[in-house]
Amino acid sequence: MTEGKIKMKNSVYLKNVVTLQLDENKCTGCGMCLDVCPHEVFKMNSKHVVIQNRDACMECGACSLNCPANAIAVESGVGCAAAVINSMLGRNNGECCCGPVDISDTTTKSKSGCCG
Amino acid sequence: MDKFEFPIIQEQSDCGCGVAVAASEKTVPDLDQSFVSGFVDTPAGRLPQVSSALVWQDRWGSIKARWGVGRMDYSVNPGIYALGTPDNSSPVFVSANYKMSFDRLRQALAERSGWILVLDTKGINVWCAAGKGTFGTDELVRRIESSSLKNIVSHRKLILPQLGAPGVAAHKVKQMSGFKVQYGPVRAEDLPAYLDGGFQTTAQMRIITFPLKERAVLIPIELVETIKPFLMIAPLLFLFAAIAGPSAFWTNAASFGLFAVWAFLCAIIGGAVLNPLLLPYLPGRAFSIKGFSIGMVIALIILYLRGINLSAWAGRMEALAWFLIIPAVSGYLAMNFTGASTYTSLSGVKKEMRWALPLEIACGAAGVLMWMGAILIY
Ligand code: SF4
Ligand code: SF4
Repeated sequence: MTEGKIKMKNSVYLKNVVTLQLDENKCTGCGMCLDVCPHEVFKMNSKHVVIQNRDACMECGACSLNCPANAIAVESGVGCAAAVINSMLGRNNGECCCGPVDISDTTTKSKSGCCG
Repeated sequence: MDKFEFPIIQEQSDCGCGVAVAASEKTVPDLDQSFVSGFVDTPAGRLPQVSSALVWQDRWGSIKARWGVGRMDYSVNPGIYALGTPDNSSPVFVSANYKMSFDRLRQALAERSGWILVLDTKGINVWCAAGKGTFGTDELVRRIESSSLKNIVSHRKLILPQLGAPGVAAHKVKQMSGFKVQYGPVRAEDLPAYLDGGFQTTAQMRIITFPLKERAVLIPIELVETIKPFLMIAPLLFLFAAIAGPSAFWTNAASFGLFAVWAFLCAIIGGAVLNPLLLPYLPGRAFSIKGFSIGMVIALIILYLRGINLSAWAGRMEALAWFLIIPAVSGYLAMNFTGASTYTSLSGVKKEMRWALPLEIACGAAGVLMWMGAILIY
């Protein structure tokens, strides 16, 4: 099962904290969320999608923004401690570090440096 | 970052006469940017041409950016660029105006031609800009207009990096501009396979990973960010030990002072270097736990090497102090690495911080007090 292998390879953060909600009744099965999710959180069931791996969700918000049926809700944000500290201190609009970003790019994957 | 404004579209705000041409003005990126190799003439005007080969300035620029040097203006002009020799049926790739994003994209498209539409993300990479919304639906639609994309290509498709999806609603772009957004692979390196495979991403292309190489390139910036606090705190530890210790100033400094600076440095290396490198192999899900564990091991090793005399109270206190301070520092820095990782959710980070941050502060503060006490008792 390649699917299983892929899941094993990826690290999962804390369990049972994610705010992702799917309304299966609204879902039309267009498949857009499958295309944009970087963590294979959804899978297609005959007529609509279901959540198969909710703890892997990083709350990026790509699925809910791109769902034409408005079937997905998630409190999205960047999972970045520096951003949370900055917003507690009222600095920087609560943005992430901003450290120099990295890499990535366009391509890339990393949130690295996230910020910004 | 506000200082970065593309001059051509800058509004003449001081005029006040309401000549609001800025929004609708057609814009073309500057031809004299260092990486532009030529130009092509199109119905939308003369456009800069770039090649997929990076030159030494491009590479040197990204090395500097990784160390935090000049990264805020490491950007390219927004607008449309010709990659190779494209025609009106060539694909359009959308990118951010962070130079490293742009370079990664063209480098991955070796020997191919296409158009690159660069959005104004204020010099931030795609992923971060999408999270903030600057790599977003509105900017994309605006940029399609201002670059006259409709006159340049005859098709109506755009290829976006998948990691731009948190900022762009594909169905709204279609409604507003007529262009259909297709999300390509997460990694630019997979673009050739994606293009040759009929514009289909495979599961493997869609999954974000966090391999060693990508964790390693983040180390420089993690270190750069700790230099300032280190340079402020290390001299204080050194001076306190030298003045308050049991013997002469320089004897104390050489013994307790140097060790304190060394231990502090090791704690930083634990959080900023070892944590990224060993991330998947460290115990615990919460990053703070990973950092705490590294800190414990570091404390054990350096205290063993120092051979503190544990039969005296002062020695026991000094040892215990480092067992509090080092894990607190490593844990805190590790926790900050959540911002760079590719799988931490905001809800998770908040939950972790609720217990981890107070614990790190308490351990750090208790450790420092205990260390000062130990030095005074010696
Ligand atoms: S994007 Fe929305 S409608 Fe389409 S499959 Fe996913 S949940 Fe269903
Ligand atoms: S928020 Fe992001 S990670 Fe979570 S399910 Fe949606 S697309 Fe996937």
